[in-house]
Amino acid sequence: MSSKRVLIYGIVALCLIGLYFASRRTAQAPKLAASANAAPNFTLTDIDGKKLSLSDYKGKVILLDFWATWCTPCRAEIPQFVEMQQKLGPQGFQIIGISMDDDAGPVKKFYQEFKMNYPVAVGDDKLAQSFGGVLGLPVNFVIDRDGRIVKKFLGATEVSVIEKEVTGQLAGH
Amino acid sequence: MKKRTVSYLLAILALATLASAQVALPTNDPIPQSHLITADDFAKELQTATKKPLILNIGPRSLFSQAHIPGSEYMGAGSSDAAKQKLKDRVKPLPKNSEIVLYCGCCPWGHCPNVHPAYQVLHSLGYTNVKVIYITSDFGTDWVSKGYLVARGE
Repeated sequence: MSSKRVLIYGIVALCLIGLYFASRRTAQAPKLAASANAAPNFTLTDIDGKKLSLSDYKGKVILLDFWATWCTPCRAEIPQFVEMQQKLGPQGFQIIGISMDDDAGPVKKFYQEFKMNYPVAVGDDKLAQSFGGVLGLPVNFVIDRDGRIVKKFLGATEVSVIEKEVTGQLAGH
Repeated sequence: MKKRTVSYLLAILALATLASAQVALPTNDPIPQSHLITADDFAKELQTATKKPLILNIGPRSLFSQAHIPGSEYMGAGSSDAAKQKLKDRVKPLPKNSEIVLYCGCCPWGHCPNVHPAYQVLHSLGYTNVKVIYITSDFGTDWVSKGYLVARGE
C-alpha cells in the first residue's frame, strides 16, 4: 500500500472518529430546529399573583426562559432580556420567565431589583418535563407566532445569538 | 521508512483525537484534583462497585425531581444554610473515612454555587474520603444524555 493511500485512509478514519465523538457530545442537542414542535401550554400564577398562560401569547414570538436566581449565567442574561423586551416588544415579542428556584421569595426580590419587565412564574419539574426536561440552566426556547418551538438554547448563550433568532422569527423567517 | 513514519503520525493523531474526547479534571480548582471525579468515571465505578458510596445531591430540588443518580439522597442546594446543616446532620454518625460523593449539575462547574460550599462543610468536619463529581456542563448533558442510570421523583 502506498504511503499516499495510507494517509487517505488515515484521514478518513480520523474524520469518522471525530464525527462519532461530535455526535456523542451533541446527543442532547436540540432536535427542535429541524422539525418545529408545538409548545405545551401551561397555566401558572406569576409572582404578581396574576394568571400566566402560554396560550394567551399566541400570535407573538415568545422567548421562554428557564432560569433561577442562583444560576450565574442566567442572572447575567436578565438585564439584556429586559432590554430586548423593551426594544422588540412593540414588534410582537414577549419574554416569559420560568424560575426553577425552590420558592418564590428570592425570585420576587430579584424581579424587583432587576426591574424585570416581563412575566415571571416559579415552575416545577412537571412543567420542565413537558418541555423535554430542564436538567441544567439556563434553557431558552424560542416559540414562533403559531406556538411552535423553533429553537432551544441549552446553557449559557450569547444573548445576541438568541436575539438574532428572535428577530428572524419576527421578520417571518 | 516513509510509510512507517506516516503510520506513526496517524496513530498519534488518532490517540490525540480520542484523548480530546475525555474530560480533564481542573488543576486550579479550590477542590483538590484528588477529590474530584468525572461523571464518566463515576458512572463506571457505580457499575463495578461492590459497596456503593453515600451519594448526596446538593443541587436544586426541581432538578433532582426530574433526574438524579439512583440511590442518591437530596440535601438541598449546597449554598444554602439549610442544606449545609442537613449535610452535617447526615454525615454526623459516619466515620471520618466514609466514602462520600457529592454532586450538583445545575450549571457548568465554574458557575455552580453549590459544590464548593458543600465540599467545604465536609472538609472542615474532617471527612477525608469525599469526592465531588466534576460536571462540566450540567447533569442533563454530562449524565442523562450519556445514558447513565437515573431515577426520578423525590
